[in-house]
Amino acid sequence: MSEKPRLVYVNGRGRMEPIRWLLAAAGVEFEEKFLETREQLLKLIEDGSLLFQQLPLVEIDGMKMVQTRAILSYIAGKYNLYGKDLKERALIDMYVEGITDLMHMLLMFPFSPPEAKEKNLASIADRATKRYFPVFEKVLKQHGQDFLVGNRFSWADVQLLEAILAVEEKIPAVLSGFPQLQAFKTKISNMPTIKKFLQPGSPRKPPPDEHYVATVMEVFK
Amino acid sequence: MSGKPILHYCNARGRMESIRWLLAAAGVEFEECFLETKDDLVNLKTNGSLLFQQVPMVEIDGMKMVQTKAILNYIAGKYNLYGKDLKERALIDMYVEGMVDLNEAIMTSAYQPANKREEELAKALDKATNRYFPVFEKVLKDHGRDFLVGDKLSRADVQLLETILIAEEQKPDILAKFPLLQGFKARTSNIPNIKKFLQPGSPRKPPTLEKDIPKLMAIFH
Repeated sequence: MSEKPRLVYVNGRGRMEPIRWLLAAAGVEFEEKFLETREQLLKLIEDGSLLFQQLPLVEIDGMKMVQTRAILSYIAGKYNLYGKDLKERALIDMYVEGITDLMHMLLMFPFSPPEAKEKNLASIADRATKRYFPVFEKVLKQHGQDFLVGNRFSWADVQLLEAILAVEEKIPAVLSGFPQLQAFKTKISNMPTIKKFLQPGSPRKPPPDEHYVATVMEVFK
Repeated sequence: MSGKPILHYCNARGRMESIRWLLAAAGVEFEECFLETKDDLVNLKTNGSLLFQQVPMVEIDGMKMVQTKAILNYIAGKYNLYGKDLKERALIDMYVEGMVDLNEAIMTSAYQPANKREEELAKALDKATNRYFPVFEKVLKDHGRDFLVGDKLSRADVQLLETILIAEEQKPDILAKFPLLQGFKARTSNIPNIKKFLQPGSPRKPPTLEKDIPKLMAIFH
């Protein structure tokens, strides 16, 4: 029996993508089981696999873990991506939570009605360029180091890179006012485990499309 | 200058209440600086106190911490309310994330337009009795101990008590089918720090009344 973590979700980014990123960044190979029908979800609920009847589910180290943030914290802790002490963890947590708020807008975007999409995209651009990216631009400028926290690669760096790329997919010039973030993006993208994840054929999922939206509606609603 | 944490928020439960609970459970005295008007929030933003321009903000140990989850993680870690190892932390995180989802569902129902409020609240209370409380009843039943994780008070117990009381405010008999949760509630309420927090005159805030909502919204919008 494989000891690799096993991810159970739909075949798309959604709430599982940050987990794929973090495992990949840590150099951890994993398996995936993709749900396509509501019946499959109901079966998982019936056989007691889902603590709160929800996905994501990650089978890891003998646990059936649910709740995205719990899963990410566990992976970060296990693979030393969570800073060296409580104060570094506090910084990492603050940064990750802020970025997660931005990512949430992107998570919801495919499901907004067509007439709201332009407005929502403008909100994403506004938040990214006025609230979130300036913070990290300043953090990097102030300490002049390659990584956000503790001069060492952490969960915060992975999450920031994921967010940058996700926003860039929608707004290609979004980093134009942020030279530090441009350099950060290049540096982190070139780290071996990340570089591998960014290559075709990796577990990284493509941007959400109509098929993904339809699958989510079928499985979860 | 006092060494006590300083909490910046409005004089209401909102996203700060779980932080008040956890500090109280840890026996930590704190001060509060209440936002009364929009200007109070604007001032905090302009003096650079708010990393992502949002409250809650807690001044603690030389940091200006933002993001509720980050703040709670720090307090839990500092005051030994986060389990003894990674696996206990994983359980605590899963339980807490589930409870936070439930709290959120109950809390946000109050801010829905009048014609949706009752329906949203009913859905939230349904989730309490069918999705969340059965999980914690079973956890307590399976190990037969007083605390949710590791036979020791943790943030999961504090969060569960807070959640139970919030649900009971909406539906007083909500624990009718959960004898172990009733026992848990009685026991945990009697822990000295928690008992003190449950007494009148403590920093615990009352439920937000409908008539107070416009004034609170005016601070943020």
